[in-house]
Amino acid sequence: MVVEKQQQKVLTGTYFKNGNWAIIEGAIASGIAEFFAYPISPASEIVEYVTYRLPAVGGKAAFIVEDEIASINMCIGASWAGSKVLTATSGPGFSLKQEGLGLAYMTETPLVCVNIMRGGPSTGLPTFSAQGDYMQAQFGSHGDYPAIALTPWSVQECFDLTIEAFNISEQLRSPVILLADGEVGRMMEEITIPDEKDIKVINRKQPPKNTDKSKFRQYDVSGQDDLVPPMAHFGEGYKIFGTGLTHTEDGLPKLDEDLHIELITRLYKKLEVNKHLFTEPYTYEIDDAEVVVIATGITARACLQAVMDARDQGMKVGLYRPITVWPFPKEDIEKIAQKAEIIVAEMSMGQLIWPVERFAKKKCTLVRRIGGTPPEPKKILDAVRKLVKK
Amino acid sequence: MAEKSKEIDKSSIIKRPPMDLKHPQETLLRKKAIPTIYCPGCGIGTTIHAFLEALTKYSKIPQDQIFVVSGIGCTGRASGYINLDGFHAIHGRAIPFASGVDIAKPSLKPIVISGDGDLFSIGLGHLAHAARRNTDMTVICINNAIYGLTGGQDAPTTPVGAKTRSTPYGKISFPFNLSHITIANGATFCARYTVYEFVQLSKAIGRAINHQGFSFIEVISNCHVNFGRRNDLGDSIAMRQMFKKARVRMKEEDIGFDLHKTDIEYEIGKGFTKIPTGVFLNEKDEPEEFSERITHAYEFKK
Ligand SMILES: Cc1ncc(C[n+]2csc(CCOP(=O)(O)OP(=O)(O)O)c2C)c(N)n1
Ligand code: SF4
Ligand SMILES: [Mg+2]
Repeated sequence: MVVEKQQQKVLTGTYFKNGNWAIIEGAIASGIAEFFAYPISPASEIVEYVTYRLPAVGGKAAFIVEDEIASINMCIGASWAGSKVLTATSGPGFSLKQEGLGLAYMTETPLVCVNIMRGGPSTGLPTFSAQGDYMQAQFGSHGDYPAIALTPWSVQECFDLTIEAFNISEQLRSPVILLADGEVGRMMEEITIPDEKDIKVINRKQPPKNTDKSKFRQYDVSGQDDLVPPMAHFGEGYKIFGTGLTHTEDGLPKLDEDLHIELITRLYKKLEVNKHLFTEPYTYEIDDAEVVVIATGITARACLQAVMDARDQGMKVGLYRPITVWPFPKEDIEKIAQKAEIIVAEMSMGQLIWPVERFAKKKCTLVRRIGGTPPEPKKILDAVRKLVKK
Repeated sequence: MAEKSKEIDKSSIIKRPPMDLKHPQETLLRKKAIPTIYCPGCGIGTTIHAFLEALTKYSKIPQDQIFVVSGIGCTGRASGYINLDGFHAIHGRAIPFASGVDIAKPSLKPIVISGDGDLFSIGLGHLAHAARRNTDMTVICINNAIYGLTGGQDAPTTPVGAKTRSTPYGKISFPFNLSHITIANGATFCARYTVYEFVQLSKAIGRAINHQGFSFIEVISNCHVNFGRRNDLGDSIAMRQMFKKARVRMKEEDIGFDLHKTDIEYEIGKGFTKIPTGVFLNEKDEPEEFSERITHAYEFKK
């Protein structure tokens, strides 16, 4: 523990640390005020470290609460009171948070939820890594909602993407999921935290100061090109009301078909018109590639090795690593599929392969491995070889 | 046939109220959200009224510092009808939502108004923990002994033998004593009243709001539509008459450590035969409420 630096908000410098540590430093640099969670491997380190760090830099609260359901709902409450909030969990806890996340999407509540993916289903492989929650991040809560999920592959990205996640969440008034595989959460490597002034932090849009509070309609987006309603908070005199029911622009429940269509359509459109905010993918030598490997997180690092080896052997191969997995980068996949054969490598029985094949509109090769380890570079190289030879 | 030809006594027909009739708490009602979803005569309306009276007559907390949260259920819709900051949380989670707000903005006083099913079935874990922490909030639980909104299935408050849509042979398991549970978990103020005792209820809500820490009000209410009807307890008025007969006033001193003295009694065919009511607990040397404890814990010496 860096006791001598505990009261410094942004720990500018270069460190040898793990991803869980970097996520907390990213969240603190973003200005979180509260953190509520329930401990679970492999996210427990996050929970432990934040209870030590956040109060020291002026955070209002960081502690463990009775369960994951409480933690997500407390985050929603704190966000409506004006705070930036974080929660972190893994597999079983992520399942428990799903109903709360649905409420946050529906009520347009900014917050960030970290899921350090472990082996499942059920209690599965608690301390082993996995990439089996990609689909859950988009389809885990019931009903129609557009999810936002970012996925890091390094300790540095754990820091950078946590800040990105907060910036997107604040700008779009939406929960953002940070999906890191257990390996990325726990491995140690070099990370550089920049100067505080070089970190771009964006806060949510609020109603202008001269707003007539008695006429304020909290979900009114007229005049908002980004389709994001400015957010008023409790205790500011607006008398706002939030509900998970289908609601009017006043935030009041109204069970009406047309209203429901209008509301849900706007939630989807909101993401579309703000596409430019989503983190661009990482690509390696895909321009002339005959075969493109698609992977995320730790698996993408194994794939990069395979792609480099293949290039050394004269094969035209590239790597495409989506960083924003939801909304899914469908245009990119469509483009890649026109020129190249696709391999999807995953640390699951195959999840991202579903949307990839849907938008590639052709059969893709799946290289998968479960049980805690990503597919070895050799396996990926074998798959590449088969396609290049064809 | 003879009945039909009888002349109608016109004096017994309730006249439509004049259009300019005002609700005594009109400014505290969110007009855009009204009419309510409630059945005529429902005790939830009485309780909302008692709460609004408490706010205007007995509470020392400015109205702009109050916000109302409820979960899902008939009672769950209460927050939407009150013209203050409010939130309609998901089923069982009003308390964690309110806890999050309380920690983020300790100057606000959360009021949770929700049903017995919402707070003591699906949400019991959160209630116990908020009471344990002594979070500064007032929880008003409308105990109608049933899941009203979903059509009248048995709740953990439904008395043994009572008929509901999901206990066609009579309720088998024992009911919770909500006040007992809440005190046992660490609440620092607790009172129970029936909807018949409007003034006392309203005053108790006022005291609960002024109390620093976790305060709990149990309101014994009539769901004549789903509970009363299936147990031959009559309409709203008949059920309130039953409450009037069954209530037994109790003081903190009468109860001592034996919280079972606050148990509610029910007889098949007769309905509620004993409902102890009153202020059951008022911890004067209350432990500090939670958000203040947090502030103190994080005071670092530089
Ligand atoms: C997770 C979840 N499970 C079930 C429901 C369905 N449901 C809605 S209200 C309710 C019971 C409400 O009972 P209570 O809290 O006593 O409120 P009342 O209607 O009696 O006022 C149930 C089971 C739900 N909305 N969410
Ligand atoms: S169903 Fe019961 S609890 Fe619900 S509004 Fe009607 S009388 Fe009240
Ligand atoms: Mg009920």
